[in-house]
Formats: sequence, structure tokens, C-alpha cells
Amino acid sequence: MAHGGGGRATARLLDSLFRPAFDNPWLERQHDGAVLDMAGAMAFTTDSYVVRPLFFPGSDIGAMAVHGTVNDLAMCGAEPQYLSAGFILEEGLPLTTLRQVIDSMASAARKAGVRIVTGDLKVVERGKADGLYINTAGVGRIVAADPVEPGQVRSGDRVLLSGDIGRHGIAVMAAREKLDLESAIESDCASIASPVLALLHEGIAVRCLRDLTRGGLASGLVEVAETAGLAARIQEADIPVREDVSAVCELLGLDPLHVANEGRFMAVVAPEDVDRALAILRCHRVSKAAVEIGRFQEGRAGQVTAESLIGGTRIVDRLSGEQLPRIC
Amino acid sequence: MTQANTAEPFLNRWRISVRGVVQGVGFRPFVYRQATELGLSGWVGNSPEGVEIEAEGAPLLLERLISALRHQAPANARVDDIRAVPVVRSGAFRAFSIRESQTRGETAVQLPADWAPCPHCLQELKDPDNRRYRYPFINCTDCGPRFSLMEALPYDRANTAMRHFQMCRRCLAEYQDPASRRFHAEATACPDCGPRLSFCGPDGDVVTQDEAALAEAVEALSAGKILALKGLGGYQLLVDARNARAVQTLRVRKQRPDKPLAVMFGSLEALQRIRRVSSAERQLLTGQERPIVLLRMRSHGLADNLAPRLSELGVMLPSTPLHELLLGELGFPVVATSGNRNGEPIAYDNEDARARLGDIADGFLIHDRPIVRPLDDSVARVTAGHLQLLRRARGYSPNLALPFRASPGWGAAGGHLKTTVALSTDSGVVLSPHLGDMDSALGRDGFDRTVDSLQTLFATRPQCWAHDRHPDYFTTGRALAFGSTHCAVQHHVAHVAAVIAEHGLNEPVLGVAWDGSGFGDDDTLWGGEFLRLDSRGYQRLAHMRPFRLPGGEAAMREPRRSAIGLLHALKGEGLIEWESLPPVSDFARAERRLLVQALKAGVNAPQTSSVGRLFDAVAALAGICQKASYEGQAAAELEASIDREGTPQRYRFGLSAPDTDCPWQVDWEPAIEGVLADIARGASVSDIATAFHAGLVDLIIRVAKQFQLSHIVLGGGCFQNSYLLDSAIRNLQDEGFRVFWSCQVPINDGGLALGQLAWAARLNQKGEATCAWPYRDA
Ligand SMILES: [Fe+3]
Ligand SMILES: [Mg+2]
Ligand SMILES: [Zn+2]
Ligand SMILES: [Zn+2]
Repeated sequence: MAHGGGGRATARLLDSLFRPAFDNPWLERQHDGAVLDMAGAMAFTTDSYVVRPLFFPGSDIGAMAVHGTVNDLAMCGAEPQYLSAGFILEEGLPLTTLRQVIDSMASAARKAGVRIVTGDLKVVERGKADGLYINTAGVGRIVAADPVEPGQVRSGDRVLLSGDIGRHGIAVMAAREKLDLESAIESDCASIASPVLALLHEGIAVRCLRDLTRGGLASGLVEVAETAGLAARIQEADIPVREDVSAVCELLGLDPLHVANEGRFMAVVAPEDVDRALAILRCHRVSKAAVEIGRFQEGRAGQVTAESLIGGTRIVDRLSGEQLPRIC
Repeated sequence: MTQANTAEPFLNRWRISVRGVVQGVGFRPFVYRQATELGLSGWVGNSPEGVEIEAEGAPLLLERLISALRHQAPANARVDDIRAVPVVRSGAFRAFSIRESQTRGETAVQLPADWAPCPHCLQELKDPDNRRYRYPFINCTDCGPRFSLMEALPYDRANTAMRHFQMCRRCLAEYQDPASRRFHAEATACPDCGPRLSFCGPDGDVVTQDEAALAEAVEALSAGKILALKGLGGYQLLVDARNARAVQTLRVRKQRPDKPLAVMFGSLEALQRIRRVSSAERQLLTGQERPIVLLRMRSHGLADNLAPRLSELGVMLPSTPLHELLLGELGFPVVATSGNRNGEPIAYDNEDARARLGDIADGFLIHDRPIVRPLDDSVARVTAGHLQLLRRARGYSPNLALPFRASPGWGAAGGHLKTTVALSTDSGVVLSPHLGDMDSALGRDGFDRTVDSLQTLFATRPQCWAHDRHPDYFTTGRALAFGSTHCAVQHHVAHVAAVIAEHGLNEPVLGVAWDGSGFGDDDTLWGGEFLRLDSRGYQRLAHMRPFRLPGGEAAMREPRRSAIGLLHALKGEGLIEWESLPPVSDFARAERRLLVQALKAGVNAPQTSSVGRLFDAVAALAGICQKASYEGQAAAELEASIDREGTPQRYRFGLSAPDTDCPWQVDWEPAIEGVLADIARGASVSDIATAFHAGLVDLIIRVAKQFQLSHIVLGGGCFQNSYLLDSAIRNLQDEGFRVFWSCQVPINDGGLALGQLAWAARLNQKGEATCAWPYRDA
């Protein structure tokens, strides 16, 4: 890849790589932007992806860039529809690498039912962009009848978790830091739109949805509880963590509750809807191991308490950045 | 004293204000007696600031009254300040009287604390002819509960938990009789009108009352059962201290496998059958504050699991009439530990105790006098001949006499563990009792409740809050939510500043701040610091060479990780094969490989200069302790292994000058190499422990000589190690240094709040809203 302006090389790249891969009428039109036919309430979100390494067990930066934005739309109670993709490439990035990323994006988009309708590409000097950065933005049609947001959560509402946690963070870390794990741990990176849409279509009283990316389940719970002005209580024994993940976490002193996921979410639902919601979630591959893990209740705003197996409790805090020891 | 001279034609009237510990100590009756004897007229009353007197008589007699106030005050009173101003006469007094309390005005910091029964009350307790014979709630103005049942100021019965008990005729008569020891004894009570004792089963249902309840408790303890007892400041859990199996049951139920348990003896004589106590120790043990006193002892003949692998045992004498009666009946010492589950604050409310202790206790000995302010048992020891409080609570809180003034309007939120809160008021600094750890919801609720109730009690609402630099301490978050001005005080600066505040030092000091860890100015974990503090600011003069802690916070619980971190810094990957070393073989081979990779990559392996972690590493290498179940366990067990009569071999630490402007660095490498060589040649644990401690003391001396500051301050949790503290003090003094350490305030994180407040408020005396001060660091 050569560094250059918006010249012919870039145009050739778009022609040869993106258009065939993302293959849709909007791109074929080769316009300055995509003209979309939309009506009613929409959700709109954007995120940038700078993950290192670009490829890691179970996924890569391309699929993440699609799933991340698709999932953010789903968390708003929207059906994800259209995405944009902006690329910043480091001069010298192998074309094959780029092609792999693009293909992965295309397949992720196809599976998630979204179209990548507009895009941009810039090449920067060697040593500048750490290989490849991607930004995606997305829009989706709101399907939820009532607002889906932390402010809707009431005391007594239940917390459902869509599956086991901690795999993405550990997989990326192991790949980046070249840790030899005894068993391969793969990222859980996936689109979670379909089970979410199913919940909404079936009329489940979904109060709030939260994908459990950076900061993990702990941050999700604390942030929702803070905004809702409630406390939360969870049962640690009910939270699925794969044995190999929990073993690595224990050895490295990490709390699985703080580890990032890319295909996991929590749904806060009315207590009477728990069984139905779980049944719906379990019909979808990405959330087939969904479980109820706790509830919101009156108490100190933002305080999340975890009950351990042996009957004790601990407070789950959101931590700033690295897990800095607090014990003196 | 003679009658007033009636021939004196010019009567003066003075308004006299007395400040200090003058409420709830029989001060007003004392004034009444003095004034009446002198033939003065007027009145005396409590005010929120202390005691107010208006007295009329000849100037000479008024002078005599003031001299009496100064020199003859009741034993438990402490007069800090007397101010007298002449006032205009308006109408004549007929006699001298005691007035009902005033409610306005600022609040004084000196309040009556909760004290063990006085000799008079004990005598009455044992006198069959006394109407309070064997009454578990006997008290008078010289003793009993005060701060713990105070709802508001001034300290009057109507403002205490005793307002629930209507005094009987006889109690009222004593209460109103200036000649009585119970004159205005706000908590006074008798079997006819006061609180009652009940015994409840584990479900909380009352089984029996009064003497029968006591008998039931005696029977339960004698049978090896666990008893929850409502003490002065909260619930305690008791069990036969001779019965190792019963103690073990308590440990299992309380989820406290190793942490030492305190023992209560029925009398000093009973204790002395086990260990002779020095006069300083006796003073502490029998003082009215009645703390747990840490005593060094080889053997005690009691259960062997009271303080596993430690050389100190915490002991105390009965702190209430109830304990007196109970221990008197039992005839054997009992474990007396805070009524809580490990890590949670002490239970003090009957309902709450039933819920929280129901799974732990086999029975409850309770009463119906509510505890308003929970107080743990205080913990003290004698260091270099002086009292040293390691936990400040019952008997001492909330009073704190400091030779230093902080500008009022400041609050300080303290640390994350062993938390206390400090407030500065117009009349001085208030330090909350020990609040415990901020890892539990109950601990956090207790923190907020205490901040609230102290602010109300002392009528102050600080707008400026000092806090630790650590962004994730619960208390940091709370401080930022309170007030409008905030000041982050670095952890170890606060440790040193606490000592400076306690001793009122004005000179530049070399602060040796050693502890487990605190958040440093360079965002790494500090804990082996040599800091210069002066009136302008602070400077990091030297520090321990940093090393990585594999697993971050997990390393705080597993000393073996500190050892791995050190070994990695020394040997790199080579450590994996070093299976003869206990901390290495304690990990499976695959785990070791992963840990080494994580160390190399810096994955959750923060840098630390902590001496506490160095202690952990050496204890792990010596094979003493790989995983700890309580804070400081490895260091405490290492200290217990010291051979105090042994040859003074010592490990050497490197001390190297900086290239440019950076701090000096202390290198642990030669010391650790010494440990490894000793292990290789099969040296005993006690040789290693002794040489390590001696090496650290030697290091302090060398650094002190290097920087040539005459005043040395020792602070931080590592100095709870009495061998380290004692020998550092002694050796520094021998070299001519003036040495200071915490006595009134815990030397551990319990002192942080005071240090934060002192440092922040001092620097902001000019009313500056910011708290930048000069310092340099690499
Ligand atoms: Fe500390
Ligand atoms: Mg996002
Ligand atoms: Zn008394
Ligand atoms: Zn009475």
C-alpha cells in the first residue's frame, strides 16, 4: 500500500476491494454519499476500532468494527440497517491483510443483515496508524415501543445475561501479549441484534439493554444502576464463565466481571417477563446460554453487590483503567 | 476553705468559660461544690462548647474558684482552657445553682468517651446491700457509656439513648443531688428503671432475662458455645479461649481462618498468671479506655489457634459491668472479637445483629439500651514506653488533643481499609472512630452515616475535602461528591503528615513511609518511601527499587506473587526452574510460565516500591506464608520468627545516588541475594527473619545519615511491626536523631484522614482554593 492523497490509487482500492466485497446498490451508484429511505424514529451511533493485533482467535478488527456498531444500535432497541466504514491505513500494510479484513467485514455485515453503504479510506505515513484503524457509524430503525434506556429500570427488574463472559478480552490480550494459554480461548465477537429484536417483537418489557464491551459486566451494571438511581445485586454462581477463562483470570489477577466482551449483553426486563425472555433468548445461537443473574433494587445508586458461592458478598466497582490494587 | 467574707463591699460577677473534657465527668457538681464552699452565688451549666459559669463574690474568692477549676478538677476531666470576663450585674443571685443546658453556640471537640466501670461502681456492683448489686448497667459520672449513646449535643439525658428510660424516684433524686456521684450522670439507671438483660437463642427469641439470662450465657460459654454479647460500642463474639475446637468453630463461621483473636481476662491477676505485665502495660490494660493491648508472649497455655504463628496476643480486661459479671462467673478467659463477619463493620443494632450474627452465634446476651454510635474495641500497645494506638475507637473517640491547628471547614475522607474520617472545626480536629474496610456495602453505609452524624454533631459542613490520590478508593469518590474544593493528598505524604500533625512539628522532616501500597505521583504503587516534608511541600528523596507484582491486587493476598515478581526481576525466565523455592513450587509449571510471560509483558503486573510486598516476598521465600488470609499476615509471621537474642547478622541494601534530579534508589537486590544464599545453605527461618529486619533498620539509619535532617518520622502500616518500629526508634535515637511516630492515631491507614486533613488544610491556610505545592520527582 502506498501513501498518497485521494488519488487514483485510492480509487482503485475502493473499486477492487470494497465495492465487490460489500456489494450493494448504494455503493454501485458511486455517489458522494448514500441516499437512504427512512421514516420514523432512528438510532444513530459511531465507534472507532483500534484493536491490536488485527487478527486474534475467534475474530478480527473487521468483524469487530461491524459487530460493535450493529450491537450498539441493537442496544438502543433498534434494528440495525446501514453502516458506513472509514479506514485509516498505515503505508506498507500488506494488501492481503486489508483484503482479509474487508472480507471479514462483509461476511459479518451479511450475517447481521446490515449494508455498508458508504465509506472512506486514507493512507497515512509509515509508523502512524499502527497498521489499520477502522471507524464505523450506523443507523437503525427503532422497533421498541417504549424507550430502552437505563432511566427506565425500576426496582425489582431482573438482569439477564446472554452467555458466558470474559472470552474476548482474554483472547485479545493473549494474542497481543503472546501469552501461551493451555487451551485456545476464542473471542465471543458476534452480532447480538437478532435475539434483541426477537425480545422486542415478542413484546417483552425490556427496560434497558447494555453490551458488555470495555469494562465488562461490572461497568455495564454500575453504569445502568447509577443512571437508574438504584443498586443491583447479582449471584456470582449464576454468571457463566468458562473454566479456562476463569483459570487464566485467577492466575493473572483479573476479575472476569471486568473483562471486555464483544458479543455479550445484558437485558434488564420486568420480573414477570423473565421466563419468556429467557426462552426467546435461548432460541438464538449467540444467546443460547442466557441466564438470569440478579436484580435491581433500592439502595445506594450505582452500588453493585455480588453474592458469592459461600454466602459472602463483595462490592463490584467500576475501575478506572487498569485494575490498580487498593489494598494498602 | 472558709466562708465568703461578708464584709467585702464590692462584689464582682465573672463569666467563666471552661474548655476541655468537662462534660459527663462530674464537672458541674464539682463546680457547684467549690462555689458553695467559697460562698459564691451564681450558676454553672453545660454548653455545646464546654462548661459556662457565672459566679459572683469577692475577687479573691473568684480567683480561688478559678484556681480550683485549674488544679482540682475531677480525675476524668481535662481542662484545656479557662477564660474569665467580668460581666455587669443584673439582679442578685440567691445561691449557686446548676443550670439546664444551653443549646446554642459552637461545638467543642472534647466530648466524654465511653469508659469502663469506675472503682466506686465496681464496689457497688459487688455489694449485696447496694440497690445496684449485680446490675449490669451500673454507671456514674465517672464511667459508663457516653459518646456511644449520644444523639445530639449538649450531652443531656434527653439527647441520649437513655431518653427511652424514665428515671425512677430514687435515680432521679441522685441525679438531682449535687452531692451525689450520679448528679447529672446522664446514663444513670437501676434495676427498677433501667435497661434489662436478655438471653436469646440463635433465632433471636428471648429465652430468659436478668440473672437467669446471665446464667444462661455462662452455661453456653462453659459448654464451648459461641455467644454474641452486646458490649459498650457494639456486639462482640465470645467463646472459651481455652477451647481450641470452639475457637475453630468461631473461625469457620466468621470466615476468619488465621487473623488473631483478642482474649478478655476477668482480672489483671488472671492475666498475670500467664504473663507478667510491665507498669506501662498495666496502666493501659486497667485504664478507663480499656483497649485491647497487644502483649508479646511466648506461650499462654490457652487454645493454640488464638493467634496462629504470631508472637503477640491481644488481651483486655472487662470493659463494662456486664463483662465484669460474666467473666466473674466464668472463671476462665474468653475470646472477645468484633461481632461481624470478616471484613464487615461491627453489628450494634439488635435487629441487625440477629440477622448478621445468627449464623455465627449459638446465643445472644443482649439488652435494650440502644447503641447510637458504633465503636469497635480499640487496639493499643506500648512502644518505646509510650501508648501507641493501632485502632482508635471505644474509650478514645472522638477526642483528639492535637498541638496543631488546621483551618476549619475541611474534611478528609481517609483511605480504603481501616478507614477513618477527619473534620476540622473552629475548636479543633475531630477524628472518627475506626470505620473498618470500604469493601463491603455495610462498611460504605457506615462511612456515609458517620460523615453525616459527625457533621451534625459538630455543626460543621466542610466545603473542602481532602482525599487519597487513588482514583478507585470508595472514599475518594465520596470526597469528590462532598463539598466544592478538593485536594488529593498522596498516600505516603498523608502517612508522614499525620505524625507531623500529632506532634505539632514545624521543622523539615525525613519521613520514612513504608506500607503495603499507595498510589504514587507517577501512577505506580509506592510503599517504600523516604520523603522530605517541610512547610513548603514535599520531595521524594529516595525509594525502594520498583519491581512488578504479577496479578496486581491478587498479590496483596498472595505473598508468593511478590516473591515471583522479585525473582523475575533478578533471574528472568530462570525462575521457572527454581523449584526448591517454596513460592516457585507453589505454582504449577504452566502457571509459572504464564506468570513470567505476564510479567514480561506487564500484563496486570504493576510496578511497586512497596516494603510491605518486600516483607511478603521474603516470608514466601523463607517458606512461611504463600497465601495470606488477612492483611499483613506474612510480615507478622515473619516478625514472630525473629530470634531476639540471636547474632546480629543483617542483609545489606544498596543505596545509590541519582544521576540527575531523580530520587535516590534503594536496591533490595543484595538483600534478596542474601536471603537466597541463606536458603541455599539451609539457614533457619529465624536467621532469615532476623537478618532481614536488621537490614531494614540499618537501611533507615543510612538513609537518615545521608539526608541529614534532624527530625525523622516513621509512618505507614509496616511500622505496626513492633520489632521494626522499636529498633528503628532505638537506633535512630542512638545516632542522635529525634524520632517521631504515631501514638494517638493509628500508624496504619487509620491515620490517613488526619494526615490528609493536616496537609491539605495547612497548605490552604491562606484560603487558596487549589492545592498545588512544589515537589520534584523523577
Ligand atoms: Fe498505607
Ligand atoms: Mg461501542
Ligand atoms: Zn462509676
Ligand atoms: Zn432507677
